[in-house]
Amino acid sequence: MFTPVQQLADWLVYSVFKLQTGSKAGDALNFFIFDTIKIFILLLIIIYAITFIRSFFSPEKTREILARNKGNTLIGHVLAALLGIVTPFCSCSAVPLFIGFVEAGIPLGVTFSYLIAAPMVNEIALVLLYGMFGLKIAVIYLISGEVIAIVCGILIGRLKLEKYVEGYVYELQRSNNAGFSLPEPTMKERLSDAWNFTRDLLKKIWIYVVVGIGVGAWIHGWVPAGTLAEYAGADNPFAVFVAVLIGIPLYSNAAGVIPLISELTRAGVAMGTALAFMMSITALSLPEMIILRQVLKPKLLAVFIGIVGCGILFTGYLFNYLL
Amino acid sequence: MEIKILGYGCSKCDQLYKEVVKADQELQTQAEIIKVDNAKEIAGYGVMRTPAIVIDGLVTSVGKIPTSTEIKKMIEAAKQ
Repeated sequence: MFTPVQQLADWLVYSVFKLQTGSKAGDALNFFIFDTIKIFILLLIIIYAITFIRSFFSPEKTREILARNKGNTLIGHVLAALLGIVTPFCSCSAVPLFIGFVEAGIPLGVTFSYLIAAPMVNEIALVLLYGMFGLKIAVIYLISGEVIAIVCGILIGRLKLEKYVEGYVYELQRSNNAGFSLPEPTMKERLSDAWNFTRDLLKKIWIYVVVGIGVGAWIHGWVPAGTLAEYAGADNPFAVFVAVLIGIPLYSNAAGVIPLISELTRAGVAMGTALAFMMSITALSLPEMIILRQVLKPKLLAVFIGIVGCGILFTGYLFNYLL
Repeated sequence: MEIKILGYGCSKCDQLYKEVVKADQELQTQAEIIKVDNAKEIAGYGVMRTPAIVIDGLVTSVGKIPTSTEIKKMIEAAKQ
């Protein structure tokens, strides 16, 4: 599918810019042009398709489904974790979502299964991983994220942490009388909303993607394959841990990190370590923590961060062990 | 008329605020436009996706930035 893109990149680099075949600069520039075009085409298609499909899974509907399964049942946790993949979630919506779930009588543990799955299993990352690394990697990523969300949700439910939710959330539950019903969007509205969303998202993340590919291109041209194996290969047990720590202060979109992942693995970083790095960058972010602090007391927020952090570490080690 | 923009000061909410101000000026509604970033109040409307628009106490849009035509339609509808 991307052969014409490769031909275009070859023609630009070797015929128009007259760089030598096999030179470092030539390789790097060729990689940069090819990957930039390829990834933007993939992103455009993926985001548009996913946003359109997602318009059928609103959080309001999710809440309805979960509220029908009252109680800390396994089904509830599984459902919550699955819905976490498909329902739209951005850090700005985390608080109203959380309150909305608790208000509807959904148990805290089930709510957390959802809250953990939503950032851990990023649907754009999932499809890009499939496109660039194949089915096996995408499936392990999906399953490990879901299992972590389910298990940790059950754990939080058992620990009886309700008292660490800010008190007003439960007060709202008692005085809640607000409600609204907007008409279902028409097919035309779904399509045009999906397009508007895709355009806005690409406008917001393109710079992360270009920087990610740029760093990838640099590694591609100047870092010989296997160089980093000594430090970040599967034999180093601390590598995953260090990768997660480095990823926390960094913030980017999954789409911006995946081109980097493929180059890091070529340079010798173990797949699990590279993936843990990506998940840490995308799932653990300071802005989201500040927003969640509005509804969670520090202790519960710390539990949440701890669980997501351990979940990422687990995924990293799992991948390094399996591959 | 009173128009509330519900959101947590993310870039999308600011963008929506500007769109609403523009629509208000073009229609000469002279509505009072208020930004709401208080979690309690937002949840009080039952809204789970931000940014959202509330016109005279009624939720008219959630989780997206409607086009300027759509925003004008909402304001026109609320006028009647």
